[in-house]
Amino acid sequence: MKKYILQSIRLTVVLMVLLCVIYPLLVAFAGKLSKGQGDGETVNLNGKVVGYALIGQSFSKPEYFWGRPSAVGYNAAGSAGSNKGPSNPDYLKDINNRIDTLITYHPYLNRSDIPADLVTASGSGLDPDISVQAADIQVKRVAEQRKIDEGKVRELVQRNTTSPLFNLFGPSHVNVLELNIALDKISK
Amino acid sequence: MNTEMLGIIATYLITLIIAIPLGKYLAKVFAGERSWTDFLYPIENFIYKLSGINPKEQMNWKQHMKAMLTINSVWLVYGFFVLLYQDKLPLNPDGNPGMTPDLSFNTIISFVVNCNLQHYSGETGVSYLTQHFVLMFLHFTSAATGIAAAVVFFKAFRDKNATNLGNFWEFFVKSITRLLLPLSIVIALTLAFNGTPTSYKGKDQFISMQGDTVNVSRGPAAQMIAIKHLGTNGGGWFGANSAQPLENPNYLTNMVEAISQVIIPIAMVLAFGFFIRRKRLAWMIFGVMTVGMFLLLIPTLTSELGGNSAIAKMGISQATGAMEGKEVRFGPTATAYWSTITTIISTGSVNGMHDSTMPLTGLLQMLGMMINSFYGGCGVGLLNYFIYLIIAVFISGLMVGRTPEFLGHKVEAREVKIAALITLLSPFLILAGTALASYVFTKSPNADWAVKAANWLNNPGFHGFSEMLYEYTSSNANNGSGFEGLGDNNIWWNVSTGFVLILGRFLPIIGPVAIAGLLAQKKYIPESAGTLKADTLTFSLMTFAIIVVLNALSYFPALALGPIAEYFTILK
Repeated sequence: MKKYILQSIRLTVVLMVLLCVIYPLLVAFAGKLSKGQGDGETVNLNGKVVGYALIGQSFSKPEYFWGRPSAVGYNAAGSAGSNKGPSNPDYLKDINNRIDTLITYHPYLNRSDIPADLVTASGSGLDPDISVQAADIQVKRVAEQRKIDEGKVRELVQRNTTSPLFNLFGPSHVNVLELNIALDKISK
Repeated sequence: MNTEMLGIIATYLITLIIAIPLGKYLAKVFAGERSWTDFLYPIENFIYKLSGINPKEQMNWKQHMKAMLTINSVWLVYGFFVLLYQDKLPLNPDGNPGMTPDLSFNTIISFVVNCNLQHYSGETGVSYLTQHFVLMFLHFTSAATGIAAAVVFFKAFRDKNATNLGNFWEFFVKSITRLLLPLSIVIALTLAFNGTPTSYKGKDQFISMQGDTVNVSRGPAAQMIAIKHLGTNGGGWFGANSAQPLENPNYLTNMVEAISQVIIPIAMVLAFGFFIRRKRLAWMIFGVMTVGMFLLLIPTLTSELGGNSAIAKMGISQATGAMEGKEVRFGPTATAYWSTITTIISTGSVNGMHDSTMPLTGLLQMLGMMINSFYGGCGVGLLNYFIYLIIAVFISGLMVGRTPEFLGHKVEAREVKIAALITLLSPFLILAGTALASYVFTKSPNADWAVKAANWLNNPGFHGFSEMLYEYTSSNANNGSGFEGLGDNNIWWNVSTGFVLILGRFLPIIGPVAIAGLLAQKKYIPESAGTLKADTLTFSLMTFAIIVVLNALSYFPALALGPIAEYFTILK
């Protein structure tokens, strides 16, 4: 028994050097060569960092495309979903209110035009993307607010749509931050 | 066929393409036959030397279990104190606090037993030192523990008679050097070059386009996320686990993470066949497990892709499926697939929130964890399956009126007793735990705890009950996912699930290894016309029926009170 205890302790220490020092440092070193140098890739507008490429942020002003509702208010230091169950009456009321708000800002919409992702909270609370349909229904509002041609905005949405992986796997989606940056660029 | 569906088909096919040769490779490595990774031998030798281990020293099954329990105890004690005092230790750039004793108790057990139930949130609850030197360390070692235990089990059936079943340390070290570490490096690099952070820098701050000040948690996450999946651990770097965009940046990484968590469980089943030279048996077991998986996956897909019927009534479009708690870049199809694999193989990582999935999906997630052997966790999945198999052998033996036997060894009272006890353990822990929690919830809702019992549940009614049932099911299965709405960081949940975790881990490992060890010592009876053959279709169907019957009898009443009842409330 005593032999096993000693062996266990020694093996634990040895493996800790291999697994908690050598391995992570090796990966961290290689990570320096990645796009964000391993710190996470940031996005700039007019020479200033305005966000992280992968992390969604809150957009509520009418001249911007809106992202998904977030249970944590897009707090990138505390990701979480709403964890609301599908039958929760309070939750269903929230959804209904979100639909009403959307229709107030987009009076031209039918309820059936509204995709679920625009009224439901994401898993992380930091979802950077919306569905193509969710972007399409906002085009008219954004164009009116910015007094630019609707076709131009639509083209921007198309240019900022990510197609499925190898055009084969997974959904198409639109990164809201990228799209809004592109929007600010053409408006100025 | 749409691209979302194609995505999961490709994911599963690639999993098989990797897992099959991996199984062959693992059988060779653990049998000590030549393999192309033999160049790592000097490193292993160096590890043995530094640790005072002689890898040639033979152990019987009891010594194996002693070695396993000893080293696991060392980790429990070490980790408990690091978690408690992490605020005073280095590598804590975000200045996160030390854990309370009950949270530390729960967390350390949870990671030692390969469960990774997380009652803390990664961004605010742990330091980088804890993440790497405790949690990630245990990601590797708890997976290697499971694999090593399974190899002991393999050894018992390789030869006709065996008392000496190899050396535990050798199996354990090889699991890391020949399997977990090399593959983790590949996966971690893939993640790093898709955007997951790898550096040790602390939180960053920026001003968003609308002028909000935003803090961003970061850290050397890619290293941990790789082994979190490969070792079927599941405990992530960030609170939202693999739904968090830095933890799982895009569809490609989502495929990589989904594939990496299933390859070892499948490979271990096939390795069993190659190792004991009974390939047909392994394929039969694989077949039963795969059928089981699809029986859980297909209704999960239908239920998620159909969307939430209560939301459908509001007249909006759920074109791709239910979206609450899901991420747009993965879509409901990939999230439904993930929710099935993560619950059948005990990973417990999530790329969407299970608490918000549809009632039937929740039912199937829990069922996956209750059965816990459709592929199952790293190494332990096969051990769990073996218990069902012994019960099936016993019942079939009774049906034909012969002494039951398995692979040429008589299965007698002692072995069947062990198997029966292990079978009863799971429903006991899950149902007794849920019953007690429900009792506390209704009888002392205002007990003076960090979270009052009255505030435990995030959802009312049947779904609230499901949150409690899910927590104990996940603990017992060493899964680690949760209906995360549950307010679980308080003394009740930390302590009660802590005990369920530790019992639900070690007894289901010791039981099957003991049975295998006992069988291996018995006289070998050559196969004859009257032998019950374990590698036939009939016997596989029998095992499958046993799995279904045992679990239906154990859990149907509890499931009827939770997800099934909820299903009918939103149906009307």
